[in-house]
Amino acid sequence: MKMRFNTAVIAVSLAVLVLAGVGCKKKIVDPFPASGAVAGWDKGDKTQTYDAANLYEYIDGGAEQYISAGVVGVSTSDYKFQGKLEVTVDVYTMKTADGAKTIFDADPPTADSKSVQLGDAGRAYGQSVVFRKGPYLVRLTGFEAAPGEADALLALAHGIEGKL
Amino acid sequence: MQNRREFVKEMVAGAAVLGTGTKLAWGQAKATEKSKVVIVRDAKLRTPGPAPDETRVAALLDHAMQAYFGAQNPLDPWKKIVRPGQVVSLKLNAMGGRAIAPSVALVTAICERLQQAGIKPGDIIVWERNSRDLESAGFKLSDAPGAVRFTGSDKAGYEDAAVTYGSVTTKLSKILTQSDLVINMPVVKNHNIVGVTMAMKNMYGVINNPSTMHGTACDPYIADLNMIPQIRQKVRFVVADLKTAVFEGGPSYRPEYSWNEDGLLVGEDRVAIDTISAQIVQRKRAEKGLNTLEQKGTPNTYLVTAADAQHKLGTNDLARIALIEQHIA
Repeated sequence: MKMRFNTAVIAVSLAVLVLAGVGCKKKIVDPFPASGAVAGWDKGDKTQTYDAANLYEYIDGGAEQYISAGVVGVSTSDYKFQGKLEVTVDVYTMKTADGAKTIFDADPPTADSKSVQLGDAGRAYGQSVVFRKGPYLVRLTGFEAAPGEADALLALAHGIEGKL
Repeated sequence: MQNRREFVKEMVAGAAVLGTGTKLAWGQAKATEKSKVVIVRDAKLRTPGPAPDETRVAALLDHAMQAYFGAQNPLDPWKKIVRPGQVVSLKLNAMGGRAIAPSVALVTAICERLQQAGIKPGDIIVWERNSRDLESAGFKLSDAPGAVRFTGSDKAGYEDAAVTYGSVTTKLSKILTQSDLVINMPVVKNHNIVGVTMAMKNMYGVINNPSTMHGTACDPYIADLNMIPQIRQKVRFVVADLKTAVFEGGPSYRPEYSWNEDGLLVGEDRVAIDTISAQIVQRKRAEKGLNTLEQKGTPNTYLVTAADAQHKLGTNDLARIALIEQHIA
């Protein structure tokens, strides 16, 4: 009888732990503003997600750096500004805010980069913006230089930050 | 070469000398000869839009190929490389998207030259590991009979039987095994594990399990992989798009760490090509005030392994590399 009771206690404890674990597990988020939600920006049709196991399919050897920092996964989507300027937005979900900081801090500033107020820390370049907020590391990458691009990227970045 | 003013400089081990020095026939380089690497740049390659000037890209290709083969006619180099009836494929590195992938204009120019050299359109395959990478680089997937095919190994599949060399056990893409000749079309990028990714690392895109080969700075995996007979024997010529290159933060495209090299590199010796590419990245890093790849902990050790007595894939000795740099003005 005692053995049955112990077995039941262990089973219930395991179940609680598993459920707690599931509850704590971070999900890969979908923080992408819909078309028009940020003035001038249209979202592409596809949102793709990769987890730690298949991240290399998206960023090849670059995946190792993120895996070491505790990546859960990434959501990625393309945007167009005023129908022309194309941008890819990657939102990495890390296990911890420290993981996002590790990735953010690994990038050396450039002569034309500047700090911007986005999330916990942000940096803007001519054709890209990177910021972190809690466990999220967000990167907006433009594919060509265009007038007004920096301001447009920042506006989109703020739109994404608001959904995180 | 009307309307072009060019100057030629050959740098051997960092010292500029005039003249081409070496004339290696296709596939006939001897151990005592220097490995030739040709880089041609065109400062007017770009248009105001995202794509380069198609006419200038085609001219750049002809110029580089003629310089490499010492040919007077732009078609002659291709007739030395291919024979009618062969299946010729172009393995691109398009993982970084169109900003850091071989341009559509360059691929189109090569396909045209191949056809003029007698290769049927249906026997030309433009490919990447994943077809979506090809699409993201601006190519439209196509499997139309009788036309140039644009596809990926994810669609064509991999051979059932694994092959092994040293540290590498893998399955090869059926596109590789079905090709008689593969033209390797990499791009120059910093890589946060291996230092610089170029010709030899691009072979990670012809196998089914590249993610298993990134430990220990990809060494000896890269060298061992390039020793697999189907890769060593079929992937024999490199045409690298140097329009844009990445000096930090790679292998993904990072505009803040990229620069316009506006050139094209051709050659056969994959180790020599990667050695020169590493120098190009090192030079840009120094210019930007960044530490060296060695200081960063990513010193391209695979180059030493690839050149060692066991592998003999080429030379990483600058004294044995004839770098020919030309500029189209």
